[in-house]
Amino acid sequence: MRDFSYLRADTIEAARNASARPGAVLLAGGTTLVDLAKCGVAEPSTVIDISHIDGLATIDVTTDRALIGALAKMSHVADNAEVKSRFPAVSEALWQAASAQLRNMATIGGNLMQRTRCPYFRDPANYPACNKRSPGSGCSAIGGVTRGHAVLGTSEACIATYPGDLAIALVAFDAVVHLGERRLRVEDFFLAPGATAEREHDIRPGEVITAIEVPGSAAARRSTYIKVRDRQSYEFAAASAAVGLELESDGRTIRDIRVALGGVATKPWRARAVEDALKGKTLDEVTIRKACELAMEGAVDHGANHYKIALAPRVVARAILKLGETA
Amino acid sequence: MNDQVTLSPTTLSIHLTINGRDHALDIEPRVTLLDALRERLNLTGTKKGCDHGQCGACTVHVDGERVLACLTLAAQVEGRAITTIEGLADDDGTLHAVQAAFLEQDAFQCGYCTPGQIMSAVACIREGHAGSDEEIREYMAGNLCRCGAYPHIVAAVRQAAKELSA
Repeated sequence: MRDFSYLRADTIEAARNASARPGAVLLAGGTTLVDLAKCGVAEPSTVIDISHIDGLATIDVTTDRALIGALAKMSHVADNAEVKSRFPAVSEALWQAASAQLRNMATIGGNLMQRTRCPYFRDPANYPACNKRSPGSGCSAIGGVTRGHAVLGTSEACIATYPGDLAIALVAFDAVVHLGERRLRVEDFFLAPGATAEREHDIRPGEVITAIEVPGSAAARRSTYIKVRDRQSYEFAAASAAVGLELESDGRTIRDIRVALGGVATKPWRARAVEDALKGKTLDEVTIRKACELAMEGAVDHGANHYKIALAPRVVARAILKLGETA
Repeated sequence: MNDQVTLSPTTLSIHLTINGRDHALDIEPRVTLLDALRERLNLTGTKKGCDHGQCGACTVHVDGERVLACLTLAAQVEGRAITTIEGLADDDGTLHAVQAAFLEQDAFQCGYCTPGQIMSAVACIREGHAGSDEEIREYMAGNLCRCGAYPHIVAAVRQAAKELSA
């Protein structure tokens, strides 16, 4: 690991000022940054430690929304009683992510900045070509071992999968990220690679994530996160789904439904085609399974990841059926 | 430190509070808590396995919560209370209930992952995540054991959780 200067910021203002320096990177939980520094992927000249800033770790839940401070730990949000009852998919996405130790370290703001687990991205010594690391150098994954790579939102430049869980639930429920004064939807905060794979987030030099706001809704209250993976725990998703469901008073007609996918796309992926196909429809298995196929509209596989195209719609269907059973 | 940032020189002078004792250290900013413990303070009970946050062998407690020392910069935990496996037993040598349970249940073979398993288990029980074998397996998933002693580890955590709640 290359050495760096260490600065401890005690206020958001100090963090903003310091982060505008060239080569400066913010350090919160460190679970991504320290790991990637050891891999030789992250080479910051200055690390700005924001973990000592007071007042940024609050979790405030009302009937209207959850307002989660950027430095709130993943474990604390997952275990929060109000989050569990009003936003179950958010809690479930969090406790199924990483391990207990990592969830005690990683923050909600840092979680949004988590980098891909693409093995070519993480290994610069053996794979110099990576458009995410070195724009224009090419993509080692295309033509390589692609079992974990994305089938949605890919480009000629990059097929790396977005690895997180929390953000899948956040985009399903129209969450908003606070960058101080500037606010934008989490869905827009994440960028598909296109021709600029190195740019993953709409965040500017000098900006610091201060909070995440999740609007309350009937669909958020009746929601779940299902994660399918190669082992039962402590593994990234092969495919995952955050789903929220609101039924009419008849208990079987879908009034509102939210669907987002993880493990299959280059960014947290909202599946609006599935939502539109199911609104106003009756909750029955045949209708649901047919609509869930729409989640894979535009999917492109690279050989070994072909299975995700069959898997993801089934994960979404399982989530919807599970929520239907709780009627 | 007030409104402004504190800029480090190449070497940082920091104080770490480990197992209730204060330690002064001069370190490079990139030094992890794990390397500081093992290489500088001779606290070698905390193990280095993968060094990438994937195995749990380096689990310690910071302000009472389990974290990975390999992904924690030493400078970052200045002012926090750090507990390692060396700080778990009583001063008179009486083992912590989790340590005793690991012995009684024979919850290891080679023993390399054991300090991390024990530190993780102490926190797992304290968090209230040891209510069933299924929950123990889920919340201990961050600690790998290449010998495959998992059934005995679950039994040890179950036993200690019962004893500590009695």
